[in-house]
Amino acid sequence: MKIEIMHQPNMLIACLDGELDEYSAVSVREKLDRAIDLAVVQNFIFDMSRLTFMDSTGIGILLGRYKKLKAKGMCIYIAHPSPHIDRILKTAGIYTIINKIA
Amino acid sequence: MNNQFRMKIKALTENVAFTRSCISAFCVGLNPSLEQLDEIKTSSSEAITNAIVHAYPTGGDNFIYVEVRIEDTNLTIIVEDEGVGIEDISQAIQPFFTTKAEEEHSGMGFTLINSFMDKVDIISTKDKGTKIVMQKNIVESTNV
Ligand SMILES: Nc1ncnc2c1ncn2[C@@H]1O[C@H](COP(=O)(O)OP(=O)(O)OP(=O)(O)O)[C@@H](O)[C@H]1O
Ligand SMILES: [Mg+2]
Repeated sequence: MKIEIMHQPNMLIACLDGELDEYSAVSVREKLDRAIDLAVVQNFIFDMSRLTFMDSTGIGILLGRYKKLKAKGMCIYIAHPSPHIDRILKTAGIYTIINKIA
Repeated sequence: MNNQFRMKIKALTENVAFTRSCISAFCVGLNPSLEQLDEIKTSSSEAITNAIVHAYPTGGDNFIYVEVRIEDTNLTIIVEDEGVGIEDISQAIQPFFTTKAEEEHSGMGFTLINSFMDKVDIISTKDKGTKIVMQKNIVESTNV
């Protein structure tokens, strides 16, 4: 699992690349939190276009980051999940709190 | 077609990725659609991860057992541990129920398994262990 943080005017894009599960979660959480703690922008986007696998671990990670980002007054979005990951996100009700863009 | 395999895995989270890949590779003989393969992979990951994360709170050298059976178009995946067991199964399967909220677990594992597999049986005995039996009929799919 690789994760790349891209800085753009007024937004951070976290590109998740590979398989997100309980094993990869530790480093993913660490990298996301470091980026969030340093962030001075308004928007945070999870780019899932390269995410090939995600289980319920991903739901926990998203909900945890959602709380952190909300506390900082930031907006959070999900972009380009695969159809299967989209189903998992829908089943968990994630889209009721995090908007999907594209 | 009739086929079967069984594996014993040390209860470490780094073993989940190759185990779920093994299971989905084994299932390819059933000609599943990509969507069905994703459903099998996610459900396997949930059950195996649960056994590793929840069954052995005191640590040590622990093992989990995975068995996969193919009988005609029926797939059965069995994930077994020898851990603490699940005290209240009807509570455990509720969406968002977790005993590990502080470690950012969401309590969606069983909910996903139930929505992706046809039949799920949970057999658990306190301090003896838990056995999850997941079944899915891989009917002729318009392969995408
Ligand atoms: N093999 C097991 N041994 C003991 N307890 C288990 C086992 N599997 C599940 N449980 C219990 O059932 C609860 C619900 O499991 P479920 O997979 O739905 O959620 P979770 O694992 O807590 O969170 P998530 O899967 O979203 O990370 C767990 O919190 C745990 O208390
Ligand atoms: Mg779980």
